[in-house]
Amino acid sequence: MFEGWDAVVLARAQFAFTMSFHIIFPAFSIGLASYLAVLEALWLWTGREVFINLFNYWLKIFAIAFGMGVVSGIVMSYQFGTNWSAFSDKTGPVIGPLMAYEVLTAFFLEAGFLGVMLFGLERVGHKLHFVATLMVAIGTLFSAFWILSANSWMQTPAGYAINEAGQFIAADWWKVIFNPSFPYRLVHMVLAAYLTTALVVGAVGAWHLMKDSRLPGARVMFSMAMWMATLVAPLQILAGDQHGLNTLQHQPAKLMAMEGHYKSHPEGAPLILFGLPNQNEARVDYAVEVPKLGSLILKHDPNAPMAGLDTIPRENWPPVPVTFWSFRIMVGIGLLMLGLGLLSLVMRWRGELYQSRFMHVFALAMGPAGFIAVLAGWVTTETGRQPFTVFGLLRTTESVSPLAAPAVASSLVAFGIVYFIVYAAGAIYLLRLMAVPPHHGEEGPRGDVPARAAGLTPAAGAAAHGRPS
Amino acid sequence: MIDIATIWAFIIAFAVFVYVVMDGFDLGLGMLFPLFPKKQDRDVMMNSVAPVWDGNETWLVLGGGGLMAAFPLAYAVLMPALYTPIIVMLLGLVFRGVAFEFRWRTTRERNLWDIAFAGGSLLATLAQGVALGAILQGVVVNGRHYGGGWWDWLTPFSVLTGLALVAGYGLLGATWLVMKTEGELRDRAYRLSWWLLFAMLGAIGAVSLATPFLDAEYARRWFAWPNVLATAPVPIAVAVVTALLLRSLRAQQDYRPFFLALTLFALSYAGLGISMWPYIVPRSITIWQAAAPDNSLVFMSYGIAVLVPLILAYTGWAYYVFRGKVRAGAGYH
Ligand code: HDD
Ligand code: HEM
Ligand code: HEM
Repeated sequence: MFEGWDAVVLARAQFAFTMSFHIIFPAFSIGLASYLAVLEALWLWTGREVFINLFNYWLKIFAIAFGMGVVSGIVMSYQFGTNWSAFSDKTGPVIGPLMAYEVLTAFFLEAGFLGVMLFGLERVGHKLHFVATLMVAIGTLFSAFWILSANSWMQTPAGYAINEAGQFIAADWWKVIFNPSFPYRLVHMVLAAYLTTALVVGAVGAWHLMKDSRLPGARVMFSMAMWMATLVAPLQILAGDQHGLNTLQHQPAKLMAMEGHYKSHPEGAPLILFGLPNQNEARVDYAVEVPKLGSLILKHDPNAPMAGLDTIPRENWPPVPVTFWSFRIMVGIGLLMLGLGLLSLVMRWRGELYQSRFMHVFALAMGPAGFIAVLAGWVTTETGRQPFTVFGLLRTTESVSPLAAPAVASSLVAFGIVYFIVYAAGAIYLLRLMAVPPHHGEEGPRGDVPARAAGLTPAAGAAAHGRPS
Repeated sequence: MIDIATIWAFIIAFAVFVYVVMDGFDLGLGMLFPLFPKKQDRDVMMNSVAPVWDGNETWLVLGGGGLMAAFPLAYAVLMPALYTPIIVMLLGLVFRGVAFEFRWRTTRERNLWDIAFAGGSLLATLAQGVALGAILQGVVVNGRHYGGGWWDWLTPFSVLTGLALVAGYGLLGATWLVMKTEGELRDRAYRLSWWLLFAMLGAIGAVSLATPFLDAEYARRWFAWPNVLATAPVPIAVAVVTALLLRSLRAQQDYRPFFLALTLFALSYAGLGISMWPYIVPRSITIWQAAAPDNSLVFMSYGIAVLVPLILAYTGWAYYVFRGKVRAGAGYH
């Protein structure tokens, strides 16, 4: 199955595969944890029942997504050692402590308060329970902070020295943590998580509104989600723009690959909208381009010269086609999100937010868009950094474990099978929960036994509780 | 001469130990699932660990992540050496972790997730025990890399340590159930505790007898004069704790067996420490050779000093919130 694949390619495939599965869940659980904290705060503040119903509704979904995030995350933390042992030896002294801080500040906080958040509402009282929810939400953000710091250091290494054993060591921890691309990546990723969640919540709300536009729970969640999209999508585009300028400065080869600039443009670079990058011939076939716009966007001057990949040694080129296309997918989805937000404003203004079928179909279709954009964004970031693991300093081929290809191939197959089973089941259970509208007297993750004995299946749950709220 | 590398060796050892005892009882309970076929019993069993399992597992992340940060060379050598057991452990943990959530969401496939829960727990435990044995027997090191093949870990000794850990976690799980449950479920857990205690003692004995044969250095460490003065208390303490444990099982003191079983683990762990010290990869790499530079260790020490007490405090609080016996049907809500 994998003949002709060497251990390096297999290790990369495995990392990409497991990472892609992992990131889907954080992207959702970071946003959902904050959303739950907001819902619970609104409930404590206003006492309106609809908020606690929504809270319990999304809490059950959160429990599943979070569980899948945890197990796929534990896999990640060991992948560095199993598949990238040379990398671990060399960069462990720098990025190891960042990840250790992630465990200490984030994972324990999330895990420690998760039990109380899921099962403790009646045991600890409302205020303390809210504290637990808040801690879980803060934990997810701390987690994003440290892991993105570690990732950003690999993209734009700073504050390091190299010792006699050839290991990177920290010369200045402050510079290591707040390395040049970190602030951009953190903002961009956290906004991405909020958008992803907003779109899922919006799609679920839209689905139920299409069937019954009077459902109060569906109305509240749909409205909240659309506000989020309206406000955050433009911010995200702005953040992405700044992120790109930062990339131009610190990882020019990646930016050239995103733009498809094989050749330098001394008199102002075009903006290539679409085309087929041809890595062998080093040109973009069938390019549709707007002259000078590239320079205008990136340098704020239509005639500014832009260097291309022809200024960089061929062995340091990232794979252009993947980077080029994944970037366009992300940006395209970002613009669609902006469109969704704007449309919701118009609909609100016309008083049709809860009735417009077009609005609801659009929101439903955008439900998975956040996940796709997040994956596309990470593909851009990570393939654009190739052929290095630590940009400019450590090659991917020098990072890999001394393992025989069959070992890596078998584990890749094992991960593929297991993840397929587990995530397919998880997706089905999540969709089932989402398919029932939030109702009056919504229970928490483990309701009382009679409700549980009914399996909490959509039909049973809806029948048992009749009147939706 | 307590230097920072030594302190970090103890910190990592502490994290791994906390993992072993905390996730040990969850995994043990999972492995006992097939012996409790009634749905209601299984609900209670799972509810008794549902609020805390994630926190328990986080110590594994601290152990692994901490090893990478504090002893990157050891991490880089051991992980490829233990490639298969680690992957198997991770896959096992995937199955048992999702089972916590999935089994409540379906009636039709509940049995499948029960199998995933028990099977995942068993795989993860076996893999951890095998990994331990593989470390003890030593791995081939080539410069700063692992130099062996991808089946080197598999020997009769590592299979023995794998089985030993199954018995040990099983005992922790059974005594946890004794502590957290009532009625028929508890009675059955008592009976299982007896069997599992004997299995664990047999396993401790077998591993202790086999270890000196792995390497003359282990034998010298344990039996040569005057070392024996320092090492003899370990087996003596094991005997004393075993006697107390047997008595508390007979007297049906619900809370005591669990803590005595933990003590038994602590003693075995101390014995392991005596065998390994000061190597982190036995007979190849010492903790000082593997340690990250001081500034990495110092940087993390601040976090450990401030955060670990905090973590222990709120983890303790979470256990306190869910204290006492778990009743059938009461669930957690
Ligand atoms: C921007 C966010 C982000 C990114 C890029 C990553 N993670 Fe993650 N991770 C989280 C955000 C997160 C989270 C939101 O904190 C999770 C998701 C669900 C959860 O339980 O916590 C999590 C869980 C999680 C866990 C389980 C924690 C627990 O036991 O509670 C581990 C061990 C990791 N991750 C490790 C990694 C590694 C090694 C990564 C990179 C290679 C990585 N994560 C990328
Ligand atoms: C439908 C409209 C748009 C299309 C089809 C489009 C497409 C593209 C393409 C093809 C590139 C690569 C440029 C090159 O090769 O030089 C690009 C770059 C870029 N686009 Fe757009 N774009 C659109 C609208 C926007 C908008 C509205 C913004 C932000 C306000 C934006 C922000 C950027 C930025 C910042 C870059 C440069 C790369 C970067 O900084 O990350 N684009 N866009
Ligand atoms: C529409 C405008 C957007 C622009 C101009 C933009 C720009 C960028 C750029 C330049 C990168 C690569 C940074 C690097 O590694 O050098 C990136 C990465 C990424 N993008 Fe976007 N992005 C946009 C929209 C989105 C949206 C809507 C999402 C998700 C909802 C998203 C999620 C991500 C993620 C997860 C990454 C990888 C992590 C990171 O480097 O921050 N982006 N984006």
